[in-house]
Amino acid sequence: MTTPTLLQGQVTVGDTLPDLAYPVTATTVVLGALAARDWRPMHHDKDFAVHRNGTRDIFLNTPNLASWFERYITDWTGPFGRLQRVTFRMKGSIFPGDTMVFRGTVTDTGVDDTGCGWAALEITVSVDGDTKTSCTARVALPVTDDDNPWARRGDRWVP
Amino acid sequence: MSAIGVDDIEGLLGVAQYEEVGEFPVEQGYVWTTCSSVENGNPLFWDAEVAEEITGGPIAPPTMVSVWFRPHHWAPNRTTPGLPLQVHFDLKEGLGLPEAVMSDNTIVFHEPVRPGDVLRTSQILRSVSDEKTTKLGTGRFWVIDVEYHNQRGDLVAVESYTGFGYRRAGTEEAS
Repeated sequence: MTTPTLLQGQVTVGDTLPDLAYPVTATTVVLGALAARDWRPMHHDKDFAVHRNGTRDIFLNTPNLASWFERYITDWTGPFGRLQRVTFRMKGSIFPGDTMVFRGTVTDTGVDDTGCGWAALEITVSVDGDTKTSCTARVALPVTDDDNPWARRGDRWVP
Repeated sequence: MSAIGVDDIEGLLGVAQYEEVGEFPVEQGYVWTTCSSVENGNPLFWDAEVAEEITGGPIAPPTMVSVWFRPHHWAPNRTTPGLPLQVHFDLKEGLGLPEAVMSDNTIVFHEPVRPGDVLRTSQILRSVSDEKTTKLGTGRFWVIDVEYHNQRGDLVAVESYTGFGYRRAGTEEAS
């Protein structure tokens, strides 16, 4: 039987998530674009990106970046963590050759009126200390070992 | 596709437009390709027993919700596909605002999406601001929700986009 690795009561405001540093290659960008069904040429054609978009190379697409944020959050929560909401604010692009670094902090935590535990997070992805995208997220967490946020439906799920 | 002018806004607030069904059912292969692309080892997506135990069977990563609506790059007998977020482009055209940026994007997750689901989507205009001037130019902010439902009618996600359509300083309003 699988048991939760992180309970809501174990989380405190100010806690930090483990950093994730990842060296981005052209394969990272192209694989991410195709996985997201994003066929636009600036995500696979360097000539197009440089000469039409005026960027220095192809760059990560936004839907795939959302998948990176999800992976970063659930690496921390384990499989019982259930995303409630995410907000992205794009500031700059991420290119092959960049090492992107995800950092996250717990900004709030609680249990809602239905008994669902949650944590609010502030996450950034940066390159050389320059924030490229910021994200706020709220993720549901079990409150006890036998609680499962994924079992919540209808009025018991208030994301 | 029809331009949304100032006089049309009030009648369209809260109205579902551009209802559309995904071109293909949610599929496990894309789930694995996406998890692979970001090295996501969450056992919910790789271990059938864990998925059965925790989520009652396999699910797709919640943040993939918009993936299921990106059209094939080519399909037989297809005319020009609608633009994603068509309401955004209708506003640009109808309000005479040639440039636009998206400032932020929120996704709220409801019922999990599962392989085999056929999702449908609609776009709902929530608000349009009065004219405002920013460093980009003069224009209006708007909020568009994209709602996603499964084949059983369950709400699976709502995406909210905040856009700013504008004219660069010194340019004439489009006629």
